[in-house]
Amino acid sequence: MNAILEFLHSDLFFMIWTTLAKSAGLLGVVLGMVSYTVYAERRVSSLMQDRLGPNRTGFPLSLLGFGIKDWSPILGGLGQPIADAVKLLLKEDFTPAYVKKFYYWIAPALGIAAAIISLAVIPFGSSIAGVPMVIANIGIGPLFIFAISSLGVYGIVLAGWSANSKYPFLGAIRSTSQLISYELALGLSVVPLFLIIGKLNLVEIVHYQVQNGWMLLPGITAGKLPTLSQIVCWIPILISFLVFTIAMFAETNRLPFDLPEAETELVGGYHTEYSSMKFALFFLGEYTAMITGSSLIITLFLGAWHFPGIPDGSMAGWPGVLWGLVNIGVFFTKVFAFLIFFIFIRWTLPRFRYDQLMKLGWIWLFEIALVNIFLTALIVAFVH
Amino acid sequence: MAYQVPRPKLNFAEKIYLPSVIAGLKITLGHLWRMLRGKTHVCMQYPEEKWDSHLPPHYRGAPTLVSDEFGRTRCVACQLCEFICPPRAIRIKPGEIPTKDKFAKVEKFPEQFQIDMIRCIYCGLCEEVCPEQAIFLKKEYAITGTSRAAMMHQKEKLIEMGGIQPGVVNKWNEKK
Ligand code: SF4
Ligand code: SF4
Repeated sequence: MNAILEFLHSDLFFMIWTTLAKSAGLLGVVLGMVSYTVYAERRVSSLMQDRLGPNRTGFPLSLLGFGIKDWSPILGGLGQPIADAVKLLLKEDFTPAYVKKFYYWIAPALGIAAAIISLAVIPFGSSIAGVPMVIANIGIGPLFIFAISSLGVYGIVLAGWSANSKYPFLGAIRSTSQLISYELALGLSVVPLFLIIGKLNLVEIVHYQVQNGWMLLPGITAGKLPTLSQIVCWIPILISFLVFTIAMFAETNRLPFDLPEAETELVGGYHTEYSSMKFALFFLGEYTAMITGSSLIITLFLGAWHFPGIPDGSMAGWPGVLWGLVNIGVFFTKVFAFLIFFIFIRWTLPRFRYDQLMKLGWIWLFEIALVNIFLTALIVAFVH
Repeated sequence: MAYQVPRPKLNFAEKIYLPSVIAGLKITLGHLWRMLRGKTHVCMQYPEEKWDSHLPPHYRGAPTLVSDEFGRTRCVACQLCEFICPPRAIRIKPGEIPTKDKFAKVEKFPEQFQIDMIRCIYCGLCEEVCPEQAIFLKKEYAITGTSRAAMMHQKEKLIEMGGIQPGVVNKWNEKK
């Protein structure tokens, strides 16, 4: 009995339950965000194309006796993600007879698992009542994300291979080659950042940005004039930001790099043979990967949860908790803004041709990232 | 011989893609902005807004049975429409008009007349072929039902939808 009580008061138990609570909360927020990103995607894309998009499926307010029409310009369409989810869950889950069953079943889970796991190291807030708002505060955050998120390609490759039909297979092959050529640029492009900051821990990187201004906007966000070294370092950081963002687009299979899916060429790409919730898992995985990617960009370049003038959650008592929540809000607002940017790009650019894609990856991005490292090293050696 | 796809020579600005990304964003965001200000003319919001008042007189909606000025259903159950209907949507069961009836001269009337609106293709051939001008395609187009039976328009429904339409066929009128 005593042992149990002791355990309940121990730091270990505290850590366990706060971690579980954080994981559940983050998962809930992210999955909710995924469904509304899909909605935003459909809505924004249609507005850009002079259409209206899904503006009907509201909430049945008239059933609840509010006396409002279900279809209203404000709430209209906001029920769409829920309706879609219900539809996907209830649809027939058809497994074609010619697929390799085991891999066919495991592929969607792999795809989404990789995307969700890598969320664990993202610091999505400052701290609430002394609990840091990051699930796993490990020393090699970005490396962990790169390692795990590149596992996500296994989902695609297995899906393409096990489906035993040619379009998914082509999609899977494209995905593999795309991953190899962009993962390099992705990894190399952030090395300058680490050279400048000197840390690999995401929480400490954020801390550095809180003190010295965001990496990308050093002057305004720190509330003081940028130092000379910051101004000089800004050039490699801008390059690294561009390369990283482009590589992130490729990593998440978004247009203009959506060759693995390429609806117009490959039917549906790697998920052609999938239906119902298994298809939805790929969808979820893709959008979760988008969120992970944007969070990483925000964390590395745009100050994560920090916003000039908003204090962090280290104050005692309720103000601290409140500011902690505000910090989380800031973080997700930034992520959402970046997601909207993803959407803008998707509905603006046509798809790359395959050789253009390879050329861009190997000849441009890889080289630029490599040169950028040396440039930064020189700057750091002489100016910093 | 392999065919070489002619590729245009790109200059540096085109090769790094970024200027064209910005140019493209300008266009799409311009459309978005115009839409958000309500300047874009979007399509008609169907159930709330309809085009009904613009329908031309020859519009081919659902086929209906019309009645003459005496309230008699014009159809004489000649079954021509049943035969010409391409998807065979019409089923007619002819009946005989009793000799004491005012319209005994007409001899036949449709005892049953049904049009399967799941089958009907709104071609208007029935209207074309009818020697009595008894069947007309009216302007109703939103024919929906929750069951197959509901989509089967029976005689009563067809007559009700058709209404009275005085026409040029006066051969059953003694005085004309
Ligand atoms: S409109 Fe055409 S398809 Fe419809 S009932 Fe008449 S003949 Fe048949
Ligand atoms: S509607 Fe016209 S064509 Fe058809 S059975 Fe009646 S009279 Fe004949």
